[in-house]
Amino acid sequence: MLQVNRLCARYGLSEILHDVSLSAKQGDIVTLLGRNGMGKTTTLRSIMGLTPAYQGQISFQSEPIHQLPSWKIAQLGIGYVPEGRQIFPNLTVRENLIATARVSKSKHWNEQTIYELFPRLAERQYNMGNQLSGGEQQMLAIGRALMTNPELLILDEATEGLAPLLRQEIWQCLQQLKSLEQSILIVDKNVKDLLKIANYHYILEKGNVVWHGDSEQLNKNTDIIENYLAV
Amino acid sequence: MILFIEQLFNGLQLGVTLFLLASGLTLVFGIMGLINLSHGSLYMVGAYVTATVTNHTGNFFLGICAALVCAAILGVIIEMTIMRRLYHRDHLYQVLATFGLILFFNESVRIIWGSQPLFIDIPQSLNFTVNLFGQGGYPAYRIAIIVLGIVILLALFVLIFYSKIGMLTRAGSSNREMAQALGININRLYTGIFAFGAVLSALAGGLAGPIYAVEIGMGESVLILAFVVIVIGGIGSIKGSFIAALLIGIVDTLGRAYLPAFFKTFMSASDGAVVGGSLASIAIYLLMAVILVVKPQGLSSKL
Amino acid sequence: MTRLNRQSLIIGLTFLVLAVLPPLLSAIDQSYYVSIASKILIYALVGISLDLIIGQAGLVSFGHAAFFGMGGYVCGVLSHHSANDLLVFSVFTGTNNALISWPLAVLVCMVLGIIIGVISLRTTGVYFIMITLALAQMVYFLIISIPQYGGEDGLSLWTRNKLPGLNLQDDTQFYYICLAWVIIYLLIAHKLIYSSLGLMIKGAKLNHQRLIALGHPPFKAQLMIFVLSAMGSGLAGALMVNLTQYVSPDYLHWSLSGKFLVIVILGGIGFLFGGLYGALILLGLEEILSSYTDHWHFILGIALVIIVLTSKSGLYASLVGRKAT
Repeated sequence: MLQVNRLCARYGLSEILHDVSLSAKQGDIVTLLGRNGMGKTTTLRSIMGLTPAYQGQISFQSEPIHQLPSWKIAQLGIGYVPEGRQIFPNLTVRENLIATARVSKSKHWNEQTIYELFPRLAERQYNMGNQLSGGEQQMLAIGRALMTNPELLILDEATEGLAPLLRQEIWQCLQQLKSLEQSILIVDKNVKDLLKIANYHYILEKGNVVWHGDSEQLNKNTDIIENYLAV
Repeated sequence: MILFIEQLFNGLQLGVTLFLLASGLTLVFGIMGLINLSHGSLYMVGAYVTATVTNHTGNFFLGICAALVCAAILGVIIEMTIMRRLYHRDHLYQVLATFGLILFFNESVRIIWGSQPLFIDIPQSLNFTVNLFGQGGYPAYRIAIIVLGIVILLALFVLIFYSKIGMLTRAGSSNREMAQALGININRLYTGIFAFGAVLSALAGGLAGPIYAVEIGMGESVLILAFVVIVIGGIGSIKGSFIAALLIGIVDTLGRAYLPAFFKTFMSASDGAVVGGSLASIAIYLLMAVILVVKPQGLSSKL
Repeated sequence: MTRLNRQSLIIGLTFLVLAVLPPLLSAIDQSYYVSIASKILIYALVGISLDLIIGQAGLVSFGHAAFFGMGGYVCGVLSHHSANDLLVFSVFTGTNNALISWPLAVLVCMVLGIIIGVISLRTTGVYFIMITLALAQMVYFLIISIPQYGGEDGLSLWTRNKLPGLNLQDDTQFYYICLAWVIIYLLIAHKLIYSSLGLMIKGAKLNHQRLIALGHPPFKAQLMIFVLSAMGSGLAGALMVNLTQYVSPDYLHWSLSGKFLVIVILGGIGFLFGGLYGALILLGLEEILSSYTDHWHFILGIALVIIVLTSKSGLYASLVGRKAT
């Protein structure tokens, strides 16, 4: 469903991504791995049209999207959970969910189903976005993206900065999404947890994809984890 | 006492007019970060269109409607051709480009309508007086403006805090990129907000038509007052604008009505008139200075 | 050619042309243009002083007409009193002596600059723009509310000020006086920018918080530069009133503040010397366009919008091959 072909992107004059190719199939959970500063976030931002691709192609459901404005990309069916969550601080939890929502009878996600997924959000629906804890913010960011009923969910640093218990909650939620056959492209640092739920992995090193393979292959190649991911 | 209540109502009416102008200005600044000097030009265009259509058809309400439609169209055109290229620029360039627009609009009006001021009659249906507290007659038209202003304030609140458009507006003002990444066409939203501000401004101009003369440059003097209003109210705040607009309207009106008389009580008549008149003409600026000394960010800083 | 060389060459050439302009104009029998050249120099003086606060401190004053007009009114009112033998505030007599009225004009503008500066420098950015605009508007209304000084009509003067040893009534001599003031003011401004005070102001523009943390709250420095700027504009106003022999509320009007900003932009922000070119372009354009059509503001308005949308550096900046800061 998502094809990234030889993507190259820059910030100002410095090139961040040199040659990134990846693909994700319907129902897959795909990860982008790599140390900090290797271009994971930039890759996701390029897919979303927030950091325009300088060279290369990106297509989503066979439609080229690398020249579209980000709102059109989102409307084609990509839900984005950014690094740092970026909740709208001046909107209530409920408003954060419904302001950008695209819900309809035939789609799975609506206010009701989101509150079932994250009961915490239901309790806090009238609180402002800036009154939430980190974990609640992450739930809200995921809920907000799901409310657009996306074909593909993009998660940047899904559990960064969260306490272990909250992390588990997020992983459980992702497991639930997996059982609903939600396609996900995810960036996170917890390789162990990712190995449990994801099918396929890409490793980025200095703006290039240096390795890709499924969970089984990655499990076998501990030296890869050692080389590219260990801190 | 009757005079005092009358003057108070005049102040309210001026305040409401200022609020209509300031709300658009403060929305556009609060959300898009644009300082738009030519906002007053739409006030002027609103008044001219109202005057022309009213004097041709004899129907003031038709005139107002025509002005609103014109302002909406103009607003969309200006936003799409010029303003959206200015959002990311320094305020200085925004000031300059919109200053250029003022020159353009003023001269365009001079070319189309000539230099002579136009006048509009108060609509027949509102051309009567109302007894205030059982004494003295007060023009119904001015009361209608005050009521309309309060209705618009309430409508703005509902729109901003309870409608989906309002949510998107607030979302876009706090994090434009994120709103876009969630599928919101921010450009179209901005065009809409700008045009909406233009319509409010033209409404203020059209309503002011029967009270003041419709003339070139009428937009700027009132625009500067609107600036004072949004500085006092806190830039970006609708609530702050409303409070500040009423404050300014009342202080200005009462100052002009009473300060000269007050100074005449202990000065010679001519000196008192001069000192009182001078002080009245700068009273609102002094008020602004005092408020800024106490609260540099204005009365309220939330949308 | 290096930038510095190119810059000195342009400055040198410009002053050479300015120095020989009056004889040149009278040689080709166009002496009428001498007074226009004086007007350009006067506006350039405002442009330079305004650029001091915009270019160096990064604060956009939209109220410099207040200083320009106030300087003019002080001069004009003193002259008016002296011509009609009236006492100012029933206390002292008027004067037509430039040695008294020009310094007085600058002094009054200094005080006004301190008042406006203390209030408006509490804020930055768009608040600063609006507050300077509003306070200038206050000065405007204050002045036109005094019927003795012509209200909205202004005052006409019988004669220009007297300066011992010179005849200001002579356009050429007056021109050289204006030129001298421009040069003197440029030198003062230049010295200030490269002093520690100037560096502090630049620092405040880049990082306000850090300066405060380092124990140098920039307020005083900003106020000083603001006041110096006000004084320059006030002096220009005094010269302007002498040039036209007329004091008008137009000199205090907000739209003139707008034109001053145009001059700074046209010249290039951050290049003091650019003000000269900014004034040249604006007044030149005004002169040419107004000879073709009454509606020249129409064209100027469109031109301004186009200039802002298409270019980012001023004329002088492009001449010396640098981008405006």
